[in-house]
Amino acid sequence: MTLRSTLRYVLGRLGGAAILLVVYSFGIYSLLALAPGDPVRLLLGNLPATPETMDAIRVRYNLDDPFFVQYWNWLTDALHLDLGQSVLTGQDVSSAILERAGVTVQLGLLTFLITMALGIPLGMVAGLRRGRFADRVVSQLAMFSVSAPSFAVGILLIIVFAGQLNWLPSIGAGEGGADRLRHLILPAVALSTATIALVVRYTRTAVIEVAGQDYIIAARARGVKPSRLLFNYVLRNSLVPVITAAGVVLSFVMVGAVVVEATFALPGLGSLLVSAVQQKDLPIVQGVTLVIAAAVFLINLVTDLAYLAVDPRIAVDGASR
Amino acid sequence: MSIETTAGAETPALRTFRAARRRRRRLPSVAVLLSIAYLACIVVAGVFGPLLVPHANVQSLTDSLQGMSSQHWLGTDDLGRDIFERVVLGARTALYGPLLIALGAFVIGCVLGLTAGYIGGIPGGIIMRWVDLMYALPGVLVAIVAIGVLGGGYWVAVAVIMILSAPYDTRLVRAVTIEQKGRPYVEAARTLGLSRSRVMFRHLLPNVLPLAVSQAFLSFAFALINLSALSFLGLGSTPGSPDWGTMLAESQASLLDNPLLAIGPALAIIFAAVSVNILGDYVFDRLSTKEGRND
Repeated sequence: MTLRSTLRYVLGRLGGAAILLVVYSFGIYSLLALAPGDPVRLLLGNLPATPETMDAIRVRYNLDDPFFVQYWNWLTDALHLDLGQSVLTGQDVSSAILERAGVTVQLGLLTFLITMALGIPLGMVAGLRRGRFADRVVSQLAMFSVSAPSFAVGILLIIVFAGQLNWLPSIGAGEGGADRLRHLILPAVALSTATIALVVRYTRTAVIEVAGQDYIIAARARGVKPSRLLFNYVLRNSLVPVITAAGVVLSFVMVGAVVVEATFALPGLGSLLVSAVQQKDLPIVQGVTLVIAAAVFLINLVTDLAYLAVDPRIAVDGASR
Repeated sequence: MSIETTAGAETPALRTFRAARRRRRRLPSVAVLLSIAYLACIVVAGVFGPLLVPHANVQSLTDSLQGMSSQHWLGTDDLGRDIFERVVLGARTALYGPLLIALGAFVIGCVLGLTAGYIGGIPGGIIMRWVDLMYALPGVLVAIVAIGVLGGGYWVAVAVIMILSAPYDTRLVRAVTIEQKGRPYVEAARTLGLSRSRVMFRHLLPNVLPLAVSQAFLSFAFALINLSALSFLGLGSTPGSPDWGTMLAESQASLLDNPLLAIGPALAIIFAAVSVNILGDYVFDRLSTKEGRND
């Protein structure tokens, strides 16, 4: 591996993410023009539609400029963290997002932890015991859980664990550390049903692939201890697919949180987006969508770069592609 | 003796035994049979629903919020409507939309995938950049925002999800096309002077179909989950209609007092999605081993 190929790989990925973000943000901005009705009236919200207020809106959002100029102004403002104001409340979109982001990030992290803590061991068991009873049970469960939509699972969880058993709170985010954690357990479990299955599949495939390699057989023949064999030989070399899975899980969680937050009435970014969509509060919709998409692109970028740390050969293959 | 049986040539008896075992392994499992049975129920309920349960939408406030009984299997909702009958009615939106999406994505995917794989060049490049872009986009988010802002409801949701699923079919069909392109039968067809579209649709397409069909099952499950999620968020089916997602959303307000309102639709969605995936997996196994890809 040369420095040049590494650099080319990193720059290529950065450029790809930047292009995506530009295309995507253009789509988000176009919503304003595509939405049915006059953009001025959309942005007026609750204000009375007098000629003066309508002129004020036109000036503030540069609506008389050509479309591309409008977009450019909006994008440069967005890069300075100025995403405009909510049409309904007048609150700054960026401060509304900051207020809500905490719950979403906590939900995402908890889901990620549950997913990895259960998914990797289960996937390894299934891979190492391929075709046996344990593998069949795990694979069937994974098939079941990957298909189950998180909001339906969430509703059933509420009925069982909050309603019948009364162990955990049903909705809301709670106050303070321990209470917040108690409130986030059910949403995180609902969100991780699909992602655990994903990690199980990736890990299982990777372990099966690695366990059949010659160097594993050679190491076993040399008498390497089973625990060392497992962690230093099999797991280490299964890491690339597992990192892929981790990236997929994180970006899935960012988007899946939208529906799960609505299920559990959590005051996060997702429920902010859903209520803004229902109330046609376009600046909030644009801001939240941009932030979530940027987070997803960032996660994908970090995943791509993490490959490099685990397996430097990728830069050579990636650059020659 | 034992060396001979393992290393020696396959005796006819051994071959028959192996063939029988292979056939037995291909028999559908219990899970697959259950999935088929459940999906058959959904198809029947989706097509004939209003005939099977003609009184499902009749309100009767004196019967509101009843528990399970022989008369009302899953109880009644706050307007006194039978919940089980409404779940039966809900099969319609759970069937038609996803079916249309899977079919549409299948057709788009076959046309674009064959073009990108067989013709390539600039059109192929454009198609694949579009696919890459769609892969990178958070699809559900796009659907929520597009449908929410543009307005529209169920059928707009169907169209948006169809466009979001088509890239998956396209990528798969392109990959299979490229793999098949080098085979002798394609070369033979070309040598005969057949037109490109004839080679694509008469010769390549039949060989691409098996995998594209199993992908269609995945599209169906994806569409089912996302359509009901959109209805759950109030962006798909109109409020008050017997759609599983809508019914779940409307059960939320009194979830702890009347869990029966939610259990029926929730289980209906979960079992439907799981069944389609199990069946899709089975179809994929059958069709791909026929291609000579043994696992």
